[in-house]
Amino acid sequence: MAILIDENTRVLVQGITGREAATFTRSMLEYGTPVLAGVTPGKGGHSVHGVPVYDTVKQALIKHPEINTAITSVPPLAALDAVMEAIDAGIGLINVFTERIPRRDACKLVEYSCMRGARVIGPNSLGMCAPGKVKLGAIGGPSKEFQKAYLPGKVAILSRSGGMMTETASLLALHGIGISTAINIGGDPIIGSTFVELLPLLAEDPATVLIILFCEPGTSSEEQLSDWVKEVGYSKPIIAFVAGRFVDTMPGMRFGHAAVIVEGNTGSARGKIEAMCNAGIYVAETHEQIATLAKELLGISNSEISSEAV
Amino acid sequence: MKLYEYEGKRILQSVGVNIPEGKIISTPGNAKQFATELGGKTILKAQVLATGRGKVGGVKIATSPLEAEQIATSLLGTQIKGYQVEKLLVEEALDIKKEIYVGLTYDERTKGRLLLASESGGMDINEVAEKTPDKVKKVRLGSWIGLQPFQSRELAFELDLSGTQNTEMQSILLKLWDVFETYDANLVEINPLVITQDGRVVVADAHIEIDNDALNRQSERLSKLGIIDRDDNTRPPTPFEVEALAIDKSDYRGVAGRVVEFPGNLGLLIGAGGGSLTIFDAILRNGGKPANYCEVGGNPPVSKIYRLCKLILQKPNVNGLAVITNVFSNSRVDFLARAMIKAMLDLGIDPATYPVIFRSAGAFEEDAYAILRKYGVNYLGRETTLDEACKKAIEMVGSA
Repeated sequence: MAILIDENTRVLVQGITGREAATFTRSMLEYGTPVLAGVTPGKGGHSVHGVPVYDTVKQALIKHPEINTAITSVPPLAALDAVMEAIDAGIGLINVFTERIPRRDACKLVEYSCMRGARVIGPNSLGMCAPGKVKLGAIGGPSKEFQKAYLPGKVAILSRSGGMMTETASLLALHGIGISTAINIGGDPIIGSTFVELLPLLAEDPATVLIILFCEPGTSSEEQLSDWVKEVGYSKPIIAFVAGRFVDTMPGMRFGHAAVIVEGNTGSARGKIEAMCNAGIYVAETHEQIATLAKELLGISNSEISSEAV
Repeated sequence: MKLYEYEGKRILQSVGVNIPEGKIISTPGNAKQFATELGGKTILKAQVLATGRGKVGGVKIATSPLEAEQIATSLLGTQIKGYQVEKLLVEEALDIKKEIYVGLTYDERTKGRLLLASESGGMDINEVAEKTPDKVKKVRLGSWIGLQPFQSRELAFELDLSGTQNTEMQSILLKLWDVFETYDANLVEINPLVITQDGRVVVADAHIEIDNDALNRQSERLSKLGIIDRDDNTRPPTPFEVEALAIDKSDYRGVAGRVVEFPGNLGLLIGAGGGSLTIFDAILRNGGKPANYCEVGGNPPVSKIYRLCKLILQKPNVNGLAVITNVFSNSRVDFLARAMIKAMLDLGIDPATYPVIFRSAGAFEEDAYAILRKYGVNYLGRETTLDEACKKAIEMVGSA
């Protein structure tokens, strides 16, 4: 088991003929992910690494009705339209790879997905995976490299950074710890699925016994999560690491992802760490400490957690 | 992209919002001349991209053209919050009866947009919002339907306005929404929106920010109003940062930039997004003195990384280089290695003897390690943690 994606995932890549998309399509195929079709308007009839290309999502779905997941990798100003096209065609999970989508469009695509009951991961998401089953997008790079970092296992990772998700998985792999599901939720301020929206799914997932969160300054997603955990409780241990503590000392400056900006008192790393500690989340002081904490928690949790899991 | 007050007002005027009669000037003589034309009291406002200028002497009232000239002399060429004052906005001084705050902004919590308004507008609005949040009214806006007339009506009545001022307010709110939506603004903040003693509703100050990611579709509209694209931050960029930005912009593929200058001796070529944040923290935590922040990710070509690396190596007092990244997903480790070696050779630096820590892994790592071996550079792979690599880099420059 994993959340959102598993052995039944069937993939369509929007913008498949683009440089990035063609590269990650190959890495997905190498890993065994069923990529059934691609879409690039005007390139219908071509193929990319053996995957047939269609002009529209509707055309692709007529030929491949089993498609249930889309990865959107199109130019930023075309992304809103592409995501709506996928949702309108009936695809229930859209992983938006495209970076630098205008904020106005991000709001509209997220609101549209809510109206239509579709789930959006991203924008600005490198991808997600359920090791041993499926890899979506560029996450972990080529199949050979991906397998070095992501071992199948019982720990879930939710990360605001794609690169650091793989670094974290790689760190755990060195300690023999594997992953159930890993999701790069995206580095933008407005995203389809936040920590607090994905944690309930992981609570229900019998394959996951521990959750690791990679956090960054900016937005209030960690604070929201802490409020929620305090209010309803959470059945599984959570480890969080907050990168970019130095950003607190430079309010108003943007570092890295579009969402990483501390304005006034909101979004500071210090505030997030405090809120999460108060909610009973284990906060790692250094990145490598994630592994130490995970080992400790997995050691004590094997018996206790499985009986508690919903 | 933050807009200057006068640029924001130009946009507002174009959609029919009342702004004070005013003119942008850059010499004291012009200030005097325009103050004479206006007659009466004038207000002189330094045009800088910093907020809170009023509290540090950036806004002054003149009672005569002569005083306007004197104030302009004292303000022009000075620095306000790190920004050089090159232009002043000279306006009629408003006879204020009431100051209202109006803001349109994004709210990641609700994944949408908000209209904020308060009767307690003015310089202390942040304090008002913090201490008495009830005094700031919030209206959630649908991302597709936007601000509706009934919402602006409700708000105008909640702000306790009546008669023509009420209808005027409704109309202004809808126009502000129009600007927010049409111009891809991240922020439209009017503080204050003034009700004058003679009953006019006038935008006294405007703070507009355009979404950088939307500039491709806004440049034309903005340039028609004389507003040109530029990069901005909370302080003006240093020459080092300006050069780094030019390198990153020279090629659309990937990122090798987002450079921020620091005064230390350890040059950093780090990545990717979240990785740079993690690594920079680890450098500071362990007592390192970075010369710069930067980000390498999204698979930039060798040429871009090479130019950035060269820039960092040439920075005065840099006596060591840390090339540290997270395990790459879509960037190539061999590009990083190639770029670093090429930069060193170009500068006549022997890679085998220069103090450098190279820690990266992921796609094409074997090729990268082969190149580094060839030039006698020691390297670290994924089995060395980021924290460990940072410690080694700091030890290295300490003893170098």
